[in-house]
Order: sequence, then structure tokens, then C-alpha cells
Amino acid sequence: MPTIKVAVSGQPNCGKSTMFNAITGGSARVGNYPGITVDRLEGVYQQNGDKIHLVDLPGTYSLTSYSMEELVARNVIVDEHPDVVINMIDATALERSLYLAVQFMEIGAPMVLGLNMMDEVKRSGVTIDVKKLSTLLGVPVVPCVARVGQGREELMQAVAAAYKVSNGQWKPIKLSYGPELDPVIERMTAMIAEAGFLADRHDPRWVAIKYLENDEQVIEKGRAAGPLSAKLEALCKETEVHTRQHMGATPDAIIADWRYGFINGLLKQGVVSGGDELRRTSSDSIDRVVTHKVLGPVIMLLVLWLMFQITFTLGEYPKGWLEAGFEWLAGIGTAYLPEGDLQSLIVSGIIGGVGSVMSFTPLILIMFAMLVFLEDLGYMARVAYMMDKVMRIFGLHGMSVMPLIMSGGIPGGCAVPGVMSARTLRSPRERLATILTAPFMVCGAKTTAYLMLVAAFFPGNPTRAMFLVVLAAWGFVLLVSRLLRSTVVRGESTPFVMEIPPYRLPTLRGVAHHTLERVWQYVKKAGTVILAVSILMWAVMTFPKLSEETVAAFDARRDAAVERVKAANPSASEEVLAALTDDAAKTIEDEQNEEALKNSIGGRVSLFLSPATELAGFPWQANVALLGAFAAKEVFVSTMATAYSMGEVDPEESESLSEKLAADPAWTLPAILSVFAFMLLYTPCMVTVVAIAKETNWKWAAFSVLGSMTFAFAVSVAIYQIGKLFLV
Amino acid sequence: MVVSLRKLAVNQQGCIKAVTASGEMGRRIRDMGLMPGTPIMVVGHAPLADPVALRMRGFTLSLRNSEADCITVEAL
Repeated sequence: MPTIKVAVSGQPNCGKSTMFNAITGGSARVGNYPGITVDRLEGVYQQNGDKIHLVDLPGTYSLTSYSMEELVARNVIVDEHPDVVINMIDATALERSLYLAVQFMEIGAPMVLGLNMMDEVKRSGVTIDVKKLSTLLGVPVVPCVARVGQGREELMQAVAAAYKVSNGQWKPIKLSYGPELDPVIERMTAMIAEAGFLADRHDPRWVAIKYLENDEQVIEKGRAAGPLSAKLEALCKETEVHTRQHMGATPDAIIADWRYGFINGLLKQGVVSGGDELRRTSSDSIDRVVTHKVLGPVIMLLVLWLMFQITFTLGEYPKGWLEAGFEWLAGIGTAYLPEGDLQSLIVSGIIGGVGSVMSFTPLILIMFAMLVFLEDLGYMARVAYMMDKVMRIFGLHGMSVMPLIMSGGIPGGCAVPGVMSARTLRSPRERLATILTAPFMVCGAKTTAYLMLVAAFFPGNPTRAMFLVVLAAWGFVLLVSRLLRSTVVRGESTPFVMEIPPYRLPTLRGVAHHTLERVWQYVKKAGTVILAVSILMWAVMTFPKLSEETVAAFDARRDAAVERVKAANPSASEEVLAALTDDAAKTIEDEQNEEALKNSIGGRVSLFLSPATELAGFPWQANVALLGAFAAKEVFVSTMATAYSMGEVDPEESESLSEKLAADPAWTLPAILSVFAFMLLYTPCMVTVVAIAKETNWKWAAFSVLGSMTFAFAVSVAIYQIGKLFLV
Repeated sequence: MVVSLRKLAVNQQGCIKAVTASGEMGRRIRDMGLMPGTPIMVVGHAPLADPVALRMRGFTLSLRNSEADCITVEAL
């Protein structure tokens, strides 16, 4: 059975991913492109004995070398040599979409066009002559409506047919670039073909065009390949001088102009009829309200506030059920497992640790579902549009809003996809500033920690407290970006040329698919990384144990205390006496537990760090929890849970972690605020640091680790010291 | 009347005369189809008057005022 290798390409927002999911069903798996971490989706489709292997290319508007996605899209075609390229087209913006398709055709891969969103085209009163388009372009064209899966089979049939017709032959199309450039291109092509220059990878004419377009990547490769590069570059310079003089434009502008001219000419031959390109759509009318001067920002804040309310009020119920479930499990563990290290490991370490993290799953599910809905609806692009002016003041970009929100600008995100989505930023400087500050946001993991802390210390109005935490996160992100952009990442801001997609009602399936994918990632993390770290942290807080003498001394003191109580109350009834002796024993047991924890490795490290962290007022349990949270921020809650539940015997008496924290006098208001700030700002978790390193380099990852740590500590010390003066 | 794109009022239509931006900004602007001869219409401004939203070639595009300055249009 032959396997047909297919690459799926398209511009951003063209419905490429939707079609990809429709084709591959559940078979898609996520990987990464080598070198950079753009998600690489791969999947398989079977049809009439053909096995079709699909790779999803990143969405790009063009194939220059200005951004990583464009380079990846181009390199996959050149290096992996797919048998067929599917190019998904947003038929409502046909002209612009074909601009990318034509560039793929210039590379030469056999192509099938998927004309998506035909339903919207019909509704706007436009008719597209699909047959004519296919004949004029010389490639099969399949009309589709990806959101309902329409056109899927036809597209795959066209792919199989194109594969058979092409017979593995690539035929780059030749466009004319006008009387000024064509002769030069001919000359350069002849020179390149004769020398076999870069012949292993590229078509000679394509290389010539890229030289004229001043494509950095191709020129760099060319320089390494041989001395012909210098000649070609000289020729390009000469041409540029000429075109500037005669036409007032650079060769790359002329090339783009002729490409659009070719497409325009083609469409004018009766392919498109009816409709008005400048007609206001219903989306434009909606935007008169949604991006209105006053109403726009009001609506935006309202949307954010609503998302909060829904998440926290609606999510509270399933969260309670899950918590009760894990408590029940812990109860069973305590009842049936023999007392000792194994019981402690399973009840305190595993059930306590993983359980406290898992119970946040409903909140994260609801939050993600709403976030995905707004993304798919097209609202996020409006947020970028409205926020650009503000973001620019702080050295960021309207497009920074998305990575920041993903990272937890609305609590529940995750800095890992956040950092990765910063790829859509064209400017390396704004991108770097976004990547370095995005981890300050309230990610899902930190949300769990804050929810627990807020429940402990601000039980009166948890929503308001959370809202303030989020506002503080945004404040720090903006201030620190400004600081970075005027120090370590100084430089000009980049163009903001962004498509505002029409509003599209998301499909239930699409939202469910994306939401469950993200939630599953969270659960998987809880099941693996966090489980391992929970066990490790449990061990670190259990061993080494107190010496036998110390334990014996505590036992003796407890017995003595019990005896004293008995002696002091000779006439008390059995029941009253039992209560009194329990109380006496409890104080000493607590003391022993604390002593044991302090004696463990975790306790020792915490105590060692205490002189420093005391400046910031951290209770010592927070030290060890914050330390463990470098592995994953969720571990903060589980470690605190372990630290505060150690040695607990009676499951009936177990109160929630928040209640225990609230009862601990070490948590004064300045200390609480200081821990809140530190939690927000300190070193990103391990996984994020790796993501930062992949997206930038290890130098910036190290900068992020050390810089955030120093900054967080300074802020916490300031808050605690100033707070002590005014609040106590 | 030939003016900078920035000068166009909301709902005003125009036809692009020239794009003076070069390098990356020029490339980005051209990739989206802002070429001499392209008809456009301003459909709105962001709450802080910047960026501006245009209707062109069947879709809506937003640009900063500083980028709009590189584009001259024949106002209609």
C-alpha cells in the first residue's frame, strides 16, 4: 500500500486546523519541528487502499524568511519533499489567500487547493467559478466548509489523483515579473543552473527570485555554497539601483506587485462575480460597538469579570465533590493501611499531593472552555487591536496580549503554550520581552496556589482578592517589560499589520476538542511530573527521621503530661479525663511533628534559607513549598498540604489546608502579601524554563531564572518590610 | 486628492497610490495586499485612536498610524 506524504498549508485563520482535524479525526499526534517548538501535528487518513500521511504546516501569509513559521513552512516543502501540498484558502479573502498558494506553486510541489468557507462566500452574494479557477491555475480546486467537515472526502480524492498524475515530478510555475526584472531573472537562472548552485535543494529560478527578494536565509546558504553568490548579489544591487531610479521601488516590491497582479488578472477572467470587497460585513457593524471608544474597553473588562465569576461560582461545586472524593480516599488509606511510612507516603504524599492538584481540574476546564470559545469567536483579535496602543507604551505589541492571556492573564492559562504562542510576534525584541514577562501571569498552577491561599486568608471575598492578584500580575508584566525594553532589549517597535477575522460562531466540537486537549495535558502533568515531585517532596520532608532518643524523649514527655493531667483531676469522669489527656498529648505531638519536619532534609534546607527569607517574612513551610514549586507550581499546594498534614492520625478531624493555614499565627498580613508577590514573580517552573530556552536560547533562560528570582525577592522584602511598618 | 492614509476619515474610501515603506515593514504591508491600485475603506479606529481598521480585498486589516503614514492614498 503506497503512503502519500501530504503537507497541509494555509494562511492564519483559514480553517486549516479545522480541516486537518476533520481529516485525521482522532489520529493526530503533536510533535515539534526540529530546532524550534512550533507544534507539529501529524495524522493519517486511509482511503481506497491509499494511506495518506498528513503534516500540518504553521499558518503564514507569505513565504519570506522574516519569521520562523515562514521558514519552517518553506523548509518542510524543500527538505521533506511531500508528494502533494494541500493549500487551504479562505475563500472570503480569495486574492490574499492565493498569494501564499502561488508562492508554493513557485517552489513546484504538486498542489490541491481547498476552497474553504464557501458557505460564507455564498451568503455574501459572491459566486466563485471553481472550475475556471482550477483551469486557470492548473491545479485541482475543491470547495469546502471545514467546520462541518464538508469537502473532506473530495479533498482526499483530489490528493490521491494529484499524486498519481504528478508521478513524483515537481513543476514550478513561472510567473512574469515584468520587463524590468524578467531579463535579470533569466540571466541569473542561467548562471545558477550552469553552476549547479544550490541545486540539491532548490529550483534555479526560485533561487534567482529569492536573491532579488533579498532573502536572508537563501543568500546565507548561497554564500556558503560558492563564489557565485557574490556575483549574484552584485547583480541584485545593480538591479535595485536601476529599479529605484526608474520605478521608485525595490525589486522585492515589484515582485510582490506582479504576483498580486497575476492573481488579480486571473480572478478578473470571470472567476469571481458579485459582491463588494469594501462592503461592511456584519462583523464590522458588530465592531462599531465591540471596539467602540468607550464601550469597547467596558465590554472587555466585563467579559473578563464574567469569566471569573462563571469559573469560580460554577466550578466550586465539582471542585468540592472532587475534594470530598480525595478526602474519602485518604480516609480509606488511613483506615486500611498499617500505620507507618507506607501509609504516610500514600495518604500524605500521593493522595494529598496529587489530589489537591486534581481538584482544580473543573476550574481549569471551565476557564479553558471560555478562553477557547473567545479565541475561536475572533474576540481575541479585537482585544489585540484595542490594546496595541497601551501595550506599545510598555514596549510590547498588540499581539503580546494573546501570549500574556494564554500564560494566565486570565487565570488558568499556562506559561508554556503562552511562551510558545509568542511566536506570532514578528519583532524579536517585543517577542523576547513578552516571553520573559509572560511567566509572571497567574497560570493554572499558580491559580491553585492562590485559590488555596485566598480561601485561607481572604475568605470574605475570594473573587475580589483573585481579581487584585490578576491586576497585580498585569501591572508587574507591563512595568518589567518597559524596564527590559529600555535596558537589555532596547530597540524600535515592529509593524502591527494584523487581520481582524470576521466573527465566527465556534462549533461545540471545536471548542470541546481544544478544551479537552488542554485539560488532558494538565491532568497528565498532575499524573506524572507532579506525582513524582509529590513523592520526592514527601521523602524530603520525612527523612532523615528524628533519632530514636528524641522520639523516646517525646514519648516520655507525653506520658508524663498524661500522668500529670490524671493526677490533677482525680475525680473527673472517664470521658472528661480522656479529652483532657488528648489535649495535653496533642500539644506535645504537634511539637514533635514540627521537630521532625525541621529535622528532615526539606526542613534543614528551609531553615538554612531562613535568614534570607526572614527578610521577606516567609513562614518556613512556605520556603520548602516554594523550593519544590520550581518543578511545577502546583507542587506549592501539595507540599503545603504535606507539610501541614504530617503525622495527622484521625481523618475525621482533618480540616482543609486553608483552614490550617488560617489558624497558623506565622501568617501575618505583611507575610501573606509578601508570599503572594513572590509566588507571582519568582523563577518560572522547570517546564517553562525549558520552553523559554527552546524559543530563545539558554542564555535568556538563565537570565529569566536568575532575574525573576532576584526581582521577586527584592519586591517581597520591600512589601514585608514596609508592610510591617504600617500594617502591624 | 492624494493624502496619507492616516488622514482618511471613518467610512471614507480611497485607492492606494504608493507604499513608501521598505524592508520588513514594506514586506508585511505588501504581503497583506496593500499595493498601489488597491481600493480601501477605513472602517474604524481603536479606542485610543490607533491602530486603524481598513476594509480591503474582502477582509478587514488593522495598521498602526505610524504604518499608515507610509501609505499614500487617492481619497474618493
